[in-house]
Amino acid sequence: MRIFNEIGSYFLLMFRVFSKPEKGRIYWRQLLLEIEKLGIQSIGIVAIISVFMGGIITLQLTYNMSNPLMPTYLIGLGNRDTLILEFSCTVLSLMLAGKVGSNIASEIGSMQVTEQIDSLELMGVNSASFLILPKIIAVVFISPILFVLSVFCGIIGGLIAGPISGIVTVAQYMDGIKTMFVPFYVGFSIIKTLVFGFLIASVPAYWGYNVQGGALEVGHASTRAVVNTSILILFFDLILTQLLFK
Amino acid sequence: MIEIKNIRKSFENREILKDISTVFEKGKTNLIIGQSGSGKTVLLKSIVRLLEVEEGEILFDGRDIRKMSFSVLKKLRQEMGMVFQGGALFDSMNVAENVRFPMDMFTKMTNGEKNMHVDFCLDRVNIKGAHHLFPSEISGGMRKRVAIARAIALNPKYLFCDEPNSGLDPVTSILIDNLIKEITVEFDITTLINTHDMNSVMEIGDNILFISEGEKGWEGNSTQVLFTRNKKLNEFVFASPLSKRIRELKQREDDE
Ligand SMILES: Nc1ncnc2c1ncn2[C@@H]1O[C@H](COP(=O)(O)OP(=O)(O)OP(=O)(O)O)[C@@H](O)[C@H]1O
Ligand SMILES: [Mg+2]
Repeated sequence: MRIFNEIGSYFLLMFRVFSKPEKGRIYWRQLLLEIEKLGIQSIGIVAIISVFMGGIITLQLTYNMSNPLMPTYLIGLGNRDTLILEFSCTVLSLMLAGKVGSNIASEIGSMQVTEQIDSLELMGVNSASFLILPKIIAVVFISPILFVLSVFCGIIGGLIAGPISGIVTVAQYMDGIKTMFVPFYVGFSIIKTLVFGFLIASVPAYWGYNVQGGALEVGHASTRAVVNTSILILFFDLILTQLLFK
Repeated sequence: MIEIKNIRKSFENREILKDISTVFEKGKTNLIIGQSGSGKTVLLKSIVRLLEVEEGEILFDGRDIRKMSFSVLKKLRQEMGMVFQGGALFDSMNVAENVRFPMDMFTKMTNGEKNMHVDFCLDRVNIKGAHHLFPSEISGGMRKRVAIARAIALNPKYLFCDEPNSGLDPVTSILIDNLIKEITVEFDITTLINTHDMNSVMEIGDNILFISEGEKGWEGNSTQVLFTRNKKLNEFVFASPLSKRIRELKQREDDE
């Protein structure tokens, strides 16, 4: 029963978030700040993780598929499609749910328990929209960019790791990267990253906004936010894959 | 003028406010006093509708805040200023930006005008040279004063202060009391102040509402508060050894 309550109040909050902003210019400023804080500051970790993952996927493919009958271009192709279809959108979003999600939940949560949200409301500011809308837009906006960056870095990772294994050459690997490219995969994944981006910002914001109590509860809310966001990401991955691949 | 009629508020079946009615006058400093945990903060938050009461009317110059739609409530709130018990400054903004925030949100002032007004407001609460510090970098008392500066930035019609001078030294405390009194009279605003500081009660207690365990225990002004026969209020007013001693001496004098 509680889950229906939570879903209901989540949508009520979103309803408030998407009402007309009071003062465009200030929202714009907030948006740029959030893009910097949630997006730009995630670029480093996204790049590092993606290089490693691309390398690891490539190594796995080379060692497990080293069969004289298997064309070597499959390694580059396999790495590319794994990155595009699942790693750079779903796995990366799970990671961002941890990094960005806990940041959002604890920031909004501590504003709630220290009465900063009451303070906004009392000035006549729609606190939900003021605090949450810029975060949602920022994360939705940067998610596809991080996706493209991640695919790119992952391919580079493979390019470094593949030839080291000695089974695949740079030329063979690059052949694979260019073989049988399906643009739809990219479109599909970008749709997914947009949905995941919305979840990564809005679900933790919901948990943070509804914190009651003190610092301890902010911690709980942050944990719960990350867990819930992660589950929802996988759930929507399932649904979107079913819907878009049919 | 703010009038409350028979308001009740509970949390999970625990009644915190029990049928409280009173009038807070315009141009006067209206004090709400009572022991810690008696329900002062809950009362103040209920009046501004940050908490929803279960019963009663809360009239802002005749307009019932409980019956307002969201958009009307927002308009009314732009006429309010509030100092929260913990200050509630925005952590992500520095002192000047905090005070400037309501102006950014709701006025068409130019940057120059805003900066001048920020200086003016901070000056009134005796804060100098702290414009670029963040709330985590200033003392608790300074936070309170910045919160007051922010609350008065837009010349509110209604001012709510939850223990504005707790955590302040006696000198600053009196300064803040006088400041609140001054702007209340100057701009003819309705000011509500939660406090358990007897100095404030004596200094600026135009109207005093005494809350005891969620009930209205007594009502009067700063002169009457000393001569009351209300037992609970007496215990509250004459809690300190010094004041007890003074009362004993006074009674002996009266008896002779
Ligand atoms: N959100 C809440 N949920 C449940 N109970 C609450 C809540 N807020 C306040 N209370 C209870 O209401 C009572 C009154 O609290 P309130 O904060 O109004 O006291 P106060 O008079 O302001 O005290 P102080 O002078 O210490 O600030 C307390 O017993 C408190 O436990
Ligand atoms: Mg209180």
